[in-house]
Amino acid sequence: MSRITTIETRDLKQSCTSGGCGECQTSCQSACKTSCGIANQPCEGKTEE
Amino acid sequence: MLLLLLLCKLAKNVKIIVVLNITAEFWELTMIHTYKLNGKNFVLDVNSGGVHLVDDLAYDCIEFLRDSGAKEEPLLNEAARNAAILQLEQKDYKKSEIAEALDEIAALTEAGKLFSGDEEYVKLAAKKSQTTPQEQKNVIKALCLHVAHTCNLDCEYCFARGGTYHGKHTLMSREVGEKAIDFLIEKSGSRRNLEVDFFGGEPLMNWETVKHIVNYARNIEEQHNKNFRFTLTTNGMLVTDEVIDFCNAQMANVVLSLDGRPAVHDRFRVTPGGVGSYDVVVPKFVEFAKRRKKNYYMRGTYTHFNTDFTEDIFHMAELGFDELSMEPVVCPPGSPNALTDDDLPVLFEQYEILALEMLKREKTGSKPFNFYHYNIDLKNGPCIHKRILGCGSGSEYMAVTPTGELYPCHQFVGDKDFALGDVWNGVKNFDIIDKFKKSSLYSKPQCGDCWGKFYCSGGCAANAYHSCGDINGIYEFGCKLFKKRIECGIMLNVEKTLLAEARNEQI
Ligand code: SF4
Ligand code: SF4
Repeated sequence: MSRITTIETRDLKQSCTSGGCGECQTSCQSACKTSCGIANQPCEGKTEE
Repeated sequence: MLLLLLLCKLAKNVKIIVVLNITAEFWELTMIHTYKLNGKNFVLDVNSGGVHLVDDLAYDCIEFLRDSGAKEEPLLNEAARNAAILQLEQKDYKKSEIAEALDEIAALTEAGKLFSGDEEYVKLAAKKSQTTPQEQKNVIKALCLHVAHTCNLDCEYCFARGGTYHGKHTLMSREVGEKAIDFLIEKSGSRRNLEVDFFGGEPLMNWETVKHIVNYARNIEEQHNKNFRFTLTTNGMLVTDEVIDFCNAQMANVVLSLDGRPAVHDRFRVTPGGVGSYDVVVPKFVEFAKRRKKNYYMRGTYTHFNTDFTEDIFHMAELGFDELSMEPVVCPPGSPNALTDDDLPVLFEQYEILALEMLKREKTGSKPFNFYHYNIDLKNGPCIHKRILGCGSGSEYMAVTPTGELYPCHQFVGDKDFALGDVWNGVKNFDIIDKFKKSSLYSKPQCGDCWGKFYCSGGCAANAYHSCGDINGIYEFGCKLFKKRIECGIMLNVEKTLLAEARNEQI
């Protein structure tokens, strides 16, 4: 590809089947806490796809 | 051929799906977000999580396909390709170059990285929301323990009003703390990692109980096959060497509240007598961070009075802190502290300044720091299940008051409409649990066509409730800032990735 550089990202479609273990951190976005948005946390399962 | 496939995909997207138990209607939607930042063109394929850096021609092509293709049947045929070529030739691109860009776009569409749909997600959300009002099997994996409804500071912007949550000054007893731990273990099912957050008011005003609860949990975690992760949020006034040592041994994270420059910090973070706390807390925090090294956050709040908040972040970095977070204040719109729509352009610029400064520091190696909202793990971020579910308040996460009552989260504490039950008798108010369980990204109508949705998960239920009276609503002002942060965060991450690759190549 000469016009588009694709950055390596987790494929959310595939994570439908590979994800869902529920071991990840809760993600309170509240300003008065750790304000962890979903995008700011890693996957606990370290699922390989 | 591939392009035809793409155009078919674009055309079939207006399918209305009524989700089980979810009253709102959603479209099976392809969604592309484009933006320019730091002289580069970014394209996000929202549903797959794809991130692309593209040249000007590909950028214009993708925007044309998105804007004209979404609802138009005629784009189903080869004429569509010609239409794209015709349109883009007017922008002085060469026909052969346009054809090349269209081929690349088509290949990525075929690979599921551009113009992908969300049909599976709609079904997933429907499945997750299937629950009956008397649902007993709710798995809880995190508790926020309000160990002290009292505070030694009196910050005007605090939503907990001097730490009391509009009630009496109270401290949690050891017995309530132990019971809360038992309750969490019992309700956590097969979940191994359990989180407990010591919160207040000021938790260090009940420090002996905090230590007791930690020791109690540590003594029984192994026999229940659990792993507790503790977090402490503190204003710093009562930090001592002993607190630092205990936290370093036991707390997975500590959150230290500092608003930045002395005058900014002391405007709000004052003792009940009105004395600023900067001079007391900063030396303690410096010592804390020095001995801790990682897994802490300096957390500040910015208001209408310091819309130049990057100066406060840089001040923290000057003090030697390198894990930083700075939050927009949330307060009633009429308050003089409240951020306004007029502040937005300045705030947007601030987030860009911050990202560019961080990139500069990364390149030069001079005092680099992390900004919490720009920590975006593109490769190993959460799965789609988590992104649909959101923060988990009222289902997998609850708050416990000093007297053992349960609420959906700390922001609902004190609001009797949201009282869930207590740690002795468990949850009794299943109507509320049901509401929170059914609340997901796909139950929030305004989030459906928001490009930020899988980075945000539908936002904070409490903010939504306080701004529009519905946990399935949105806090629109917050959304605007959130999306700007994500744009900047992705830019920074992409630039850092490219930088690392370039460095590796040099080696
Ligand atoms: S509702 Fe808001 S404050 Fe409560 S846990 Fe969720 S994100 Fe945090
Ligand atoms: S809460 Fe706001 S930013 Fe988040 S998905 Fe909904 S509309 Fe988008």
